Amino acid sequence: MPDKNAIEVRDVSKLFGTGDAQFAALDNVSVSIRENEFFTLLGPSGCGKTTLLRLIAGFDYPTDGQILLYGQDIAPLPPFKRPVNTVFQSYALFPHMTVGQNIAFGLEMLGKPKAEIEARVAEMLKLVRMEALKDRKTSQISGGQQQRVALARALAPQPKVLLLDEPLSALDYKLRKEMQIELKRLQHETGITFIFVTHDQEEALTMSDRIAVMSAGKILQVGSPWDIYDRPAVRFVADFIGETNFLHADVVSANDGRATVRLSSGKEIPATFPSGSSPQGKVTLVVRPEHARVAAPNGTSAHVGHIENVVYLGTDTHFHVRLDDGTPFIVRQQNSRNGHNGFAKAERVGIEFGQDVAQILKD
Amino acid sequence: MASAQETALSAERQDIRNRWLLSAPALIIILLAAIGPLFIVLIYSFLAAGPYGDVEWKFSTDGWISVFLQRDIFDDTLSFADAHLAIFWRSVKLSIGTTLLTIVFGFPTAYFIATRPERTREMWLFLITIPFWTNLLIRTFAILQIIRNEGIINTLLIKAGFINQPIQILFTDTAIMIGMVYVYLPLMVLPLYASMEKLDFRLVEAGYDLYASRFAVLRRIIFPLVKPGVIAGSILVFIPSLGAYVTPSLLGGGKNMMLGNLIELQFGQGRNWPLGSAISITLMAIVMIALLAYVRNAGSSEVRHG
Ligand SMILES: Nc1ncnc2c1ncn2[C@@H]1O[C@H](COP(=O)(O)OP(=O)(O)O)[C@@H](O)[C@H]1O
Ligand SMILES: [Mg+2]
Repeated sequence: MPDKNAIEVRDVSKLFGTGDAQFAALDNVSVSIRENEFFTLLGPSGCGKTTLLRLIAGFDYPTDGQILLYGQDIAPLPPFKRPVNTVFQSYALFPHMTVGQNIAFGLEMLGKPKAEIEARVAEMLKLVRMEALKDRKTSQISGGQQQRVALARALAPQPKVLLLDEPLSALDYKLRKEMQIELKRLQHETGITFIFVTHDQEEALTMSDRIAVMSAGKILQVGSPWDIYDRPAVRFVADFIGETNFLHADVVSANDGRATVRLSSGKEIPATFPSGSSPQGKVTLVVRPEHARVAAPNGTSAHVGHIENVVYLGTDTHFHVRLDDGTPFIVRQQNSRNGHNGFAKAERVGIEFGQDVAQILKD
Repeated sequence: MASAQETALSAERQDIRNRWLLSAPALIIILLAAIGPLFIVLIYSFLAAGPYGDVEWKFSTDGWISVFLQRDIFDDTLSFADAHLAIFWRSVKLSIGTTLLTIVFGFPTAYFIATRPERTREMWLFLITIPFWTNLLIRTFAILQIIRNEGIINTLLIKAGFINQPIQILFTDTAIMIGMVYVYLPLMVLPLYASMEKLDFRLVEAGYDLYASRFAVLRRIIFPLVKPGVIAGSILVFIPSLGAYVTPSLLGGGKNMMLGNLIELQFGQGRNWPLGSAISITLMAIVMIALLAYVRNAGSSEVRHG
């Protein structure tokens, strides 16, 4: 069965503090993570990502709910009995050991024979391209190299699931890009389920098979990068990921995942909506800036307004438009070689939507 | 240009002079109060004993000879000073034992304090230092009350019916060790706490994450990382233990002497100041040798581990 679940989080809550100061770092969270997938927890700082990882790793226990690993409740297992390894945000390399000893540690604790440990350490060093630094102290290598050692150390015991807590956040931009590719390669080569935590939406979109967007202790939406970007279910998701336009509209009809909505301009357009919701009355629409065009106002325009600002960005141009109903709207248009798109500040323009670009939000 | 350089140089010289000036009080105290008396003790150990204590100003090695050897009163033959050697041995043995026991008791204590929330740590440290408020003599008497034959421990054990006769603890090596562990425990806890407080507990989690049991985490991660604290604590406990005077004289009785008591004896009833001086120097030598061996050993094993 290809869609076997590696991890199942069922109605998990985690409360910190007592009395009035008590608050939920995780609030009734449920999510399933499939075997061999690159799963990302995405959300702003403080939304509970680390807390969820710590519950899975066993450093903390849920106040409520259950966590299953391949169908087994792992509550009774202490962290050192869970076939789950963590790449810590701070790397947490053992400062009194060499690179090689760090990588060997987990295998030693599992009581593997010496020869096997040596072979495995060599293999891991090769995997993360650190063969030359085996006997270095961990304080004598760079941040990027420490990151690789942390990865190798966590991968060496061949865990069923690898947890990565913002592993790239301490690296500079270029190194981060390199490591993103490297991580994808490692996940592919090892076939281990990765649960990756980040607050960087771009990182999440480029790396993940599926993403869970979190906010204030709740998982708001789970889906493929495409789902999350093009079909945001709620305002927070739409806002957190990429640039977005929000429009007011009235639902004319809705069934089978297809709806027709009337814009404030009076124009009716098709829209999609999240499964499980039944939109009616006044709703908020989401349209990505690159899914709209500016053109001379005419009968097919969805909205009409005037340009407040034009920002030239090389590859494309941003038109900041004020619609006639007062709503701001951004259009991102790719530039061609022959001059820019020909609209200037204060000019009146019509907004045209491509096929199937509007999504109705749940809230 | 040249003058600017000169000004800078003279400013630097001035700076160095100021620093020496600042440390002068400390240096004077060290010279007068520590090295000076030490020198006197060294000289005394090579003089002859006066009939009523004090020394006679003529060179003699008798003091040093009688540290290790004794002269038979009848035929003047020399033999090993068994009594002295026994005291040396007891002192070293009890001091090592005390050091080990303070590690055993101090380690969990320090760990406990270091893992409390930051607000309450100060209170725990404060509690640890409370015994320092009381005079050593009084604290030792308190221990005496607890362990003597009619003391709390024996009374309770007899009342509970575990024993019929009181257990003789007082005036044994065990009594000395109990007393010294009690007295010196804070000296172990404080440096241990200082290094545990710096311990990154995420490393402990990383250990658990990598399948290390609690004991393995303790042995492979926590212990190597707080080793500087263990070394510092051991030095702080071992040195005063070796020269302990009050505790062995009260709890050990007359028969279970330690080096401190032996030295005191020579300057008092024994009226043999050169011998007392020689034993004092020997005690210092033992401390130095033990320290060097210990620090070198601990240092190199750290290199091997890391
Ligand atoms: N041990 C703890 N005690 C109290 N509050 C905590 C503890 N751990 C985390 N929190 C709180 O829980 C919330 C979520 O934290 P965390 O999971 O670390 O967020 P993230 O990793 O998404 O940035 C934060 O508000 C944080 O302050
Ligand atoms: Mg975090």
